[in-house]
Amino acid sequence: AALGTLYLTATHVIFVETAPDTRKETWVCLFSMSSCHIMFVSLMKYEELYCFSFNPKLDREEREQGWMLVNLSEEYKRMGLPNDYWQLSDVNREYRVCDSYPTELYVPKSATAHIIVGSSKFRSRRRFPALSYYCKDNHASICRSSQPLSGFSARCLEDEQMLQAIRKANPGSDFLYVVDTRPKLNAMANRAAGKGYENEDNYSNIKFQFIGIENIHVMRNSLQKMLEVCELKSPSMSDFLWGLENSGWLRHIKAIMDAGIFIAKAVSEEGASVLVHCSDGWDRTAQVCSVASLLLEPHYRTLKGFMVLIEKDWISFGHKFTHRYGNLDGDPREISPVIDQFLECVWQLMEQFPCAFEFNERFLIHIQHHIYSCQFGNFLCNSQKERQELKIQERTYSLWAHLWKNRVDYLNPLFRADHSQTRGVLHLPTAPCNFMYKFWNGMYNRFEKGLQPRQSVTDYLVAVKEETQQLEEELEALEERLEKIQKVQLNRTKVRSKQSEPSKHSGFSTSDNTNTPQDYSGNVKSFPSRSPSQGDEDSALILTQDNLKSSDPDLSANSDQESGVEDLSCRSPSGGECVPSEDSGKDRDSDEAVFLTA
Amino acid sequence: MEFAELIKTPRVDNVVLHRPFYPPVEGTLCLTGHHLILSSRQDNTEELWLLHSNIDAIDKRFVGPLGTIIIKCKDFRIIQLDIPGMEECLNIASSIEALSTLDSITLMYPFFYRPMFEVIEDGWHSFLPEQEFELYSSAISEWRLSYVNKEFAVCPSYPPAVIVPKAVDDEALRKVATFRHGGRFPVLSYYHKKNGMVIMRSGQPLTGTNGRRCKEDEKLINATLRAGKRGYIIDTRPLNVAQQARAKGGGFEQEAHYPQWRRIHKSIERYHILQESLIKLVESCNDQTQNMDRWLSKLEASNWLTHIKEILTTACLAAQCLDREGASILVHGTEGTDSTLQVTSLAQIILEPRSRTIRGFEALIEREWLQAGHPFQQRCAQSAYCNSKQKWEAPVFLLFLDCVWQILRQFPCSFEFNENFLIMLFEHAYASQFGTFLGNNESERCKLKLQQKTMSLWSWVNRPSELSKFTNPLFEANNLVIWPSVAPQSLQLWEGIFLRWNRSSKYLDEAYEEMVNIIEYNKELQAKVNLLRRQLAELETEDGVQESP
Repeated sequence: AALGTLYLTATHVIFVETAPDTRKETWVCLFSMSSCHIMFVSLMKYEELYCFSFNPKLDREEREQGWMLVNLSEEYKRMGLPNDYWQLSDVNREYRVCDSYPTELYVPKSATAHIIVGSSKFRSRRRFPALSYYCKDNHASICRSSQPLSGFSARCLEDEQMLQAIRKANPGSDFLYVVDTRPKLNAMANRAAGKGYENEDNYSNIKFQFIGIENIHVMRNSLQKMLEVCELKSPSMSDFLWGLENSGWLRHIKAIMDAGIFIAKAVSEEGASVLVHCSDGWDRTAQVCSVASLLLEPHYRTLKGFMVLIEKDWISFGHKFTHRYGNLDGDPREISPVIDQFLECVWQLMEQFPCAFEFNERFLIHIQHHIYSCQFGNFLCNSQKERQELKIQERTYSLWAHLWKNRVDYLNPLFRADHSQTRGVLHLPTAPCNFMYKFWNGMYNRFEKGLQPRQSVTDYLVAVKEETQQLEEELEALEERLEKIQKVQLNRTKVRSKQSEPSKHSGFSTSDNTNTPQDYSGNVKSFPSRSPSQGDEDSALILTQDNLKSSDPDLSANSDQESGVEDLSCRSPSGGECVPSEDSGKDRDSDEAVFLTA
Repeated sequence: MEFAELIKTPRVDNVVLHRPFYPPVEGTLCLTGHHLILSSRQDNTEELWLLHSNIDAIDKRFVGPLGTIIIKCKDFRIIQLDIPGMEECLNIASSIEALSTLDSITLMYPFFYRPMFEVIEDGWHSFLPEQEFELYSSAISEWRLSYVNKEFAVCPSYPPAVIVPKAVDDEALRKVATFRHGGRFPVLSYYHKKNGMVIMRSGQPLTGTNGRRCKEDEKLINATLRAGKRGYIIDTRPLNVAQQARAKGGGFEQEAHYPQWRRIHKSIERYHILQESLIKLVESCNDQTQNMDRWLSKLEASNWLTHIKEILTTACLAAQCLDREGASILVHGTEGTDSTLQVTSLAQIILEPRSRTIRGFEALIEREWLQAGHPFQQRCAQSAYCNSKQKWEAPVFLLFLDCVWQILRQFPCSFEFNENFLIMLFEHAYASQFGTFLGNNESERCKLKLQQKTMSLWSWVNRPSELSKFTNPLFEANNLVIWPSVAPQSLQLWEGIFLRWNRSSKYLDEAYEEMVNIIEYNKELQAKVNLLRRQLAELETEDGVQESP
């Protein structure tokens, strides 16, 4: 515990310790304090958000380049589009058909504007089927939409044609999967409201499948329950496991994963295309499409590819960031940890395929942090249209550029582009392995430094790899010099009498040789403890950085702190009298208190 | 030979073996006195060599003439053999049953095993008490090595040599032994060099209902305190259990008689409660039909992680008293052979960097478990699949290894050994070709002449070729105390043991390999760079020598 003064600014809470020698400042961005709703400032207008005042000292050109880093047109090109089956449609220019969709959309070549518009009228919020992922190798695709307005018996010829067009765009398969990611009961209830799901009899050659992922309200409550468990003061093992189970959180994660696995299998093993929808097609559909794409496509498991994936399936397809993450004072019933669940699915996959991802856990945590922080413009608004109207790109900065700039911090040292795990489809075991999904301590207890592993293998390996790189460079330099000297000596043995000339060389090499082994290892040791290169403009991250870097690979220094050796010296000699729980250790407090509870 | 009587059918052809993660293999099944062997004609690598002593339980099933034997091993693996012919199947099953439950220790495999490797260092002499004491000797002026138990007469479960306060003579030790459960008088377990504080362990004091006391006992444990200092007695039982123990002649130290000591009661479970916990845990790990939710509640219901948390917490408390409070401690439960040893050995893992090295950990197991008289023979006779309700079986040692794994997971760079080392120790504690874990104490081991008749596990492990498998590539000597977190969020199921046969570890193994490669390559480069630097330096001094005249 520390004594200090709390300052409240429009965008941050700042805590300054009173201890005169340190005066350590802790900055917390208001928007990342999700569990602290009482302090939440109600902002009614986007303009009051932090990203509009945040200035990372970049000039206009740099900012524009930042926004160019992730480019969806290029991504579709990378997928091999347009081609004989798929084309870029301009039907949604100026958001004429669907205001929550992007303007740049790929549809089957055979789907005319008439079919698309007709289909859109038969879909919730006019979110007609459009391409999310295209598999070059077998022409199978993943498309997404919202639910059809089928009610109990309504049909729409254009919608039926639209689905047929999608099926035909995949000549390798004679059927199309339609995956409704809702529980069947929810979908049926929607029929009463004139919505619902596809009737297999009306659509030719579709295979219809329900995968029961619960809605945003269930997910919100589930997270709430799980966070309550995390916040328990010294819970017992039973409290924790019961609470975790009762929250249902991991069951929901598994449901999303199951859906993603089903679709990835359909595409990779059956070569069938899949149309995915839920109700509006912007929450569960986004989760499932992106999980499936991640399983299928190694590119999305790279740093850049992952940014592209989020940009594509979440940002461009109109995931309602402002509503879901409560960035502005809005309807609390709209808030739900939808993308948090996706990020957790990625983490669960990383745990099972440790070499498959180019990025590490920290990358996911920082993305999650910035979804709530409103420091960058990427996750503002509910649709591309809104972002354009607000001129977000001209007035704010892009997170992707920021993350890319600091990519060294986010690399997974075990990733190797030529490793078998990094290539091809990720195959999860078919048997139902319940124990596959684990509690994400690094995310949900990230501010409880004491609960995290005290040494980070990732950071350690990164430091080793950095050292290796230096060694490689040094080796090359040494070899060169050795060769030179040997040549010189060879020459000298030939002309022994001339002594003045080689002295120059000798002088050169000794001065170069000041780089002694001791010096060198000293340099290497200091690598990992370097401060994150965010720069001081990134005030919102200071807290997170501190915590995330808790497992500083400068091990000796870190453990020293952990073991409280420095504390011992300032303890009063009468310590023998007091009970161990009176110990004033910093982050060990919680643990040690626990030791004594009988 | 007696084994021949037990083996009714020594050989069956066309047996099909089913194992987790492998396609079924057809081959010839052979029974020998100690092994169940399946060899397929095509490929020698597909062979199964299973020690009978590793078999925990078997089930038989018959479908027509085809018999199936399901073998459940003490390392939690389950394999299945399809045996054509009812008679053969019944014969094999009854032979396995008989051979896996031999009641005479001297018939067990370690007495027949002849090593195929060259013994570089005899493990039986690797960790002699005298050598261990040597390590302390520079720091210890108040302690001595006593041979009062040379003939195992004072305490049958203690080794011949124990470390006791110098101020107490052997005569007093004999008296104290009569006042402590099983004759287990307080002995030194660990000496904390940093501040000279110690951990002692013993059996419970035999105070009984009328509050018996023993002046020598009080003198002995007070002799370990520095002037004006107080100590802690950690009783691993809850107060009410300790109180109940008085009715049976046991008890705990009364404040009035031990005014310089503060008693803390913890509750570490024992015996059948731990055994049931293990049975439940393994059962739920093997059950793959449940949904996500049931899995968590089954994990919870097994209470395994609760036991882990309790043991770790107590060990941390002990370490904390020692290191942070600067107080000496005495640890005991009832007998002082189970929970006591878990606490004293884990406290050393936390406090003592040496015990986190391979050599030091082996010494710790030798000192704190084998010499200290943990009854391995009784505790590890059966594992998670056994139906018989033997009172003495309990996964005490496995819980200890699990706790070490939990700390290792939190400090992945501070241990010289890796997870495989812990798994290997678990396996050998339950079934082994080596004699190390046979017997319940040193006295029994002496009578069995294990040193002469069997090979020590350490003789095998400490060979460079084996060591390389157990060495943690991330290890960087860390001379500090490591405080683990015991919060539920920080404790995890030890998948390497409990899900070992239920999930493929292919991708995790690949990751480990990748990690090793990264570090190996770095070391290789470092060596190359150093070599070149030396060469350069030599050349340049040569240069200098040539130029100077």
